[in-house]
Amino acid sequence: MKYINEFRDGKLARELAAAIAAEVRHDRMYRLMEFCGGHTHAISRYGLRDLVPDNIQFIHGPGCPVCVLPIGRIDSAIELARDHGVILCSYGDTLRVPASERMSLLRAKADGADIRMVYSSTDALEVARANPQREVVFFAIGFETTTPPTAVALQMAQAAGLHNFSVFCNHVLTPAAMEAILTAPETDDGGGVPLDGFIGPSHVSTVIGSRPYEPVAEKFYKPIVISGFEPLDVLQSVLMLLRRINRGEAGVENQFTRAVTREGNRKAQAVVAKAMEMRDAFEWRGLGQVAHSALRIRDEFGAFDAERKFDLPYRSVPDHKACECAAILRGVKAPQDCKVFGTACTPDNPLGSCMVSAEGACAAHYTYGRLEVERDRGQAVAAGA
Amino acid sequence: MSGQRAGKHAHLRPLDIRRGRIEMSHGGGGRAMSQLIDELFQAAFDHPALQQGDDCAVLDRPEGRLVMATDSHVVSPLFFPGGDIGSLAVHGTINDVITSGGRPLWMTVGFILEEGFPLADLKRIVDSMAAAALEAGIAIVTGDTKVVERGHGDGVFINTTGVGVVAEGLDLSGSRARPGDAVLVSGFIGDHGVAIMASRENLEFSTSIRSDSAALHGLVAAMVAAAPDVHCLRDPTRGGLAATLNEIARQSGVGVTIRESDIPVREEVDAACELLGLDPLYVANEGKMVVVCPAASADALLQAMRAHPHGRDAARIGEIVEDPNGFVEMETAFGGRRKVDWIAGEQLPRIC
Repeated sequence: MKYINEFRDGKLARELAAAIAAEVRHDRMYRLMEFCGGHTHAISRYGLRDLVPDNIQFIHGPGCPVCVLPIGRIDSAIELARDHGVILCSYGDTLRVPASERMSLLRAKADGADIRMVYSSTDALEVARANPQREVVFFAIGFETTTPPTAVALQMAQAAGLHNFSVFCNHVLTPAAMEAILTAPETDDGGGVPLDGFIGPSHVSTVIGSRPYEPVAEKFYKPIVISGFEPLDVLQSVLMLLRRINRGEAGVENQFTRAVTREGNRKAQAVVAKAMEMRDAFEWRGLGQVAHSALRIRDEFGAFDAERKFDLPYRSVPDHKACECAAILRGVKAPQDCKVFGTACTPDNPLGSCMVSAEGACAAHYTYGRLEVERDRGQAVAAGA
Repeated sequence: MSGQRAGKHAHLRPLDIRRGRIEMSHGGGGRAMSQLIDELFQAAFDHPALQQGDDCAVLDRPEGRLVMATDSHVVSPLFFPGGDIGSLAVHGTINDVITSGGRPLWMTVGFILEEGFPLADLKRIVDSMAAAALEAGIAIVTGDTKVVERGHGDGVFINTTGVGVVAEGLDLSGSRARPGDAVLVSGFIGDHGVAIMASRENLEFSTSIRSDSAALHGLVAAMVAAAPDVHCLRDPTRGGLAATLNEIARQSGVGVTIRESDIPVREEVDAACELLGLDPLYVANEGKMVVVCPAASADALLQAMRAHPHGRDAARIGEIVEDPNGFVEMETAFGGRRKVDWIAGEQLPRIC
């Protein structure tokens, strides 16, 4: 595969790994949060942890769209499909996210709700065109990457007068989440999650650019390296972060220069700004209510806003008691710290949202990373320990 | 076929294959059903046992042990690049039968048809089944037809059951993999799943990939002739290569190590998977065999496979190892190692 395999070259990986090993100081830890699920997936799938020294710690961030969706929002989507009789269109991963009472969109579908998986927001528009007698709702989730297509769908629906179509908008914003993580009081001394730097968002940054992270980097004095999703991108970003950390420098640096500029995609930004505006606050799974962290649909497009059209009240629902998703999403705990990891909670039967998507910290660790842990455990048992 | 008659209904107008559609009466046990069987099924599946018109097929007992397998087919769309539900229903069951190392002989077929289904499409499917069976030298000897109301099916569902015979001395099973054995695959993986995905109406996605749907009886005959000590054959359909290797690991109580760089994946399949967020290891195949054999037989087996058109791109992809956990591991092309787990949920709906 041209333009992909170049970024998965094993020889270059070993060279980068050697450069990282040479840069690392052995008298300290390097706690790096990879913000996006795409990075988590790359780290697990390509076994990058094996290629860097032990004192580099990857802390999984909240950048997996289905992981941060709170239970209350899924409940509302299920309510739309079940009680309002709409055709609910959603991206695939969202179907499996656990809601209240062990329900999920997939289970609601099995119970008879009309829930359809789509690959793009315009597919949902097509469903609305093909079913003029039915109300069709697009369950829009995701970070800044998936927001422009939703905004385009709103504008197309308005232009076409497609009044049986509306959007249940759950789009969230990355820089606000970073700030929330850095300010959350987690440690005994009241400080935030101890982090030395961020492997910064990849696809999100193609839309918003690298500039929006600058205030965060400055305020908290942390280095942020915008990084591509391929394994070599991640390794190179680790090296860039290490150099900054060792020099004591904060600031935003861009590794993903083949796709990201400082200003981002202005056309996409304009499309979003036309259809959506900032919410005062939004609930995130793991982070709770975060001010100015999500978008809602503007009044001009109010006729296409499912929250207004169906008068959906929002009820916040706490996570399952044993589930550590909240702490894992904030980077305070690792998947294997959770009591139900790999036992009551597995990708086939997820209790928490981090076990759902391949990008979720728990699912990635379960699928690709469990090997060493279980092998060690197996050997301990075999040795009579 | 149950309800069929040996005589033809001269007083009925012939089926309007071009414009006609399945009606409830085609499953009602009356003349309409009888006519459908006569003019469509019996015309295509020409075998004395079937033409006899009885409710069952009476067959002569062959030499050797009998082997039997069944498979139901619900693929959507019904027609796809490289095949259709008819040819798939024949190939799928044959490939299950021959994982014993045996030879397919007879097949039954059960149709569940949806009211309103175009007769022209049904004829296309039936003709395709007949051609696939003829090519594989397997006889369709008995069958059944049911019709369900519109909205209660998806055009057509097909169940096929195959019976074959396996020679003495062959002992193939997923439980026979032993540490040190070689793991081979008969060619490129992932073609079928990607072809199905690309032919879905709601995916505006075009590719030149065709389904690999094929009956592998010829390949398997050549394989067991070259290496009668082969331990296990399995066709990696749903869940792909990953599921098949995990099944073998669990059945045999061993581990499997594969090398990513040795697994044959077409560049187009790799690219399509990249785009759709799929992993070729988990994508279905309908014309491939995964093979576990003693390391000493691996070269002879590979040579025999590569000499057959369906095994031209066969490759040795890994080894069976000792592992009480039954893990499947992969050495990635990137230089790391990772676990190849069972698939969670499903990657693609309705692929076979």
